[in-house]
Amino acid sequence: MMRFALRRIIGVFPTLFIIITLSFFVIRLAPGGPFDEEQALPPEIKANLEAAYGLDKPLGEQYLRYLSGLARGDFGPSFKFKDFSVTELIAQGLPISLVLGLSAVLLALLVGIPLGTLAALRQNSPTDYGIMSVAVLGIALPSFVTGPLFALVFGLYLRWLPVAGWETGQLRYLVLPVITLALPVIAYIARLTRGSLLEVLRTNFVRTARAKGLPESQVILKHALRPALLPVVSYLGPATAFVITGSLVVETVFGLPGSGRYLVQGAINRDYTLVMGMIVVYGALTLTLNLIADLLYGWLDPRVRYD
Amino acid sequence: MTELVSSAEPVAVAVASRGFWGDAWRRLKRNKASMVAATVILLITLVAFIGPSLSPHEFDAIDWDNMAVGPGGPNDHWLGTDRLGRDLYVRTLFGVQISLQIGLLATLVSLCIGVTWGATAGYLGGRVDELMMRFVDVLYALPYIFIVIILSTMFERGNIYVLFLAIGAVGWLTMARIVRGQTLSIKRKEFIEAALASGVSTPSILMRHIVPNVIGPVIIYATLTIPQMILFESFLSFLGLGVQEPQASLGSLINEGAQEMESAVWMLLVPASFLVSLLTCFNFLGDGLRDALDPRDR
Repeated sequence: MMRFALRRIIGVFPTLFIIITLSFFVIRLAPGGPFDEEQALPPEIKANLEAAYGLDKPLGEQYLRYLSGLARGDFGPSFKFKDFSVTELIAQGLPISLVLGLSAVLLALLVGIPLGTLAALRQNSPTDYGIMSVAVLGIALPSFVTGPLFALVFGLYLRWLPVAGWETGQLRYLVLPVITLALPVIAYIARLTRGSLLEVLRTNFVRTARAKGLPESQVILKHALRPALLPVVSYLGPATAFVITGSLVVETVFGLPGSGRYLVQGAINRDYTLVMGMIVVYGALTLTLNLIADLLYGWLDPRVRYD
Repeated sequence: MTELVSSAEPVAVAVASRGFWGDAWRRLKRNKASMVAATVILLITLVAFIGPSLSPHEFDAIDWDNMAVGPGGPNDHWLGTDRLGRDLYVRTLFGVQISLQIGLLATLVSLCIGVTWGATAGYLGGRVDELMMRFVDVLYALPYIFIVIILSTMFERGNIYVLFLAIGAVGWLTMARIVRGQTLSIKRKEFIEAALASGVSTPSILMRHIVPNVIGPVIIYATLTIPQMILFESFLSFLGLGVQEPQASLGSLINEGAQEMESAVWMLLVPASFLVSLLTCFNFLGDGLRDALDPRDR
């Protein structure tokens, strides 16, 4: 187990390195630069600006400089948010994005698993059909549709929660964003749980557990659920990627000052360093979370071999 | 292969052919949800391409007398107008057109690359396979939307078709994995050996023998790719990275609608309901096709 874990952890670095290298060159090959404004700058000023940011150097040298900066934890200056370094911008927004994302995954687990279990235990009943139809909708509805709709109903019509915005420490502002973000994940987890629990309930060891007279609650909670949740654990990797993607939209819809919107703004403004910084941070985050999900899976499933 | 495909046509089914495709078609027909979904998709497509010509308005024409009016008013804007007095009915159908075209285009691109990549890797095996699939793994590690956003910085904004050629060009990862797996399972079969023995070249073994035999899962996955691509387009346009004004796409219309929802809720609801119906129907159709084409799951 330890050797397996160690090898997986080491394996993350080359992947991250390739991602950084590929995206660096792809972004730089793009036509247009951060200083192509609506009103064209005089060429001398533009040249000066580019020199100040090191953009006049050959691409290879810029790449090496970027890498050595990264090694020191320096993502470089932002081209558009003039007084900020990318490190500062990300450090400012990332905590909010992390709270948003983690709460969404947590909520999805806490709601999705019980719903899926309920649907499986009442297979083909109205409860089952009800839960599964809502799940199909939850998967099909993109967050940029559900987000505004939630804001409309719960914010504008019912006035239960704030429509958008953020005040530090005010959890009310997180409720709608977290629900919007979690909804598709809840739906997916419910479907996964239902499917695999139905399969597990047909196996021999469940029959044995019932035959020796265990109460049904024990059969489910102690015997059936643990193997049934393995697909959910392996879904956690893709789920985090999904939540990261979704947070771009949710932060835009609800006006949260997270770091997700920097990726979008960076792309619109051709703010190279900001986009790169976001890719490095979010890439590392995805890889790490995938890794954790993998290790968790290996730990939970004794059938997984490490070699 | 050609005979197999033709037996999927309804005429051949009528004479009770019991081939693989005939069976699949019968199973699909029995699946009510899929058939309804397919009908709705056809209807929406028809309306999207014929509908705009029925309205007296152009998609970018400004009606100064009817700005931000709701549906059903005493004018000929059937679904109301937006903040600038542009007809929402025409703009939404226009957006549906773009979404459908882009969904198909990007899916086709990803289909071509994915099938070629996966079949080549699976058939050649060894180091080539390892290298090719390693590359797929690396791209997988990054959330897909990141690649899309990087690409969207590469192209001049507004040239949505070039952007989506590029998105299709990275959307082939899962397809490549599926095709590789299928290829591995058939490459030791006798008919491939026979082709090898009679001196057929590697490219034509791939194209004539491997690819036609992995087409089932490819079709299923392609149907599920279309809604994904439509979703990506709307996602990008929603964020302002896709279709640009005065063009409209479902995503950009939803974005405008979300900003105006306080006073003009129809601006959000009209494009949103089209998008949701399309996505739901494609997903149902894909699920139905999977059940129909993959007898193991029955």
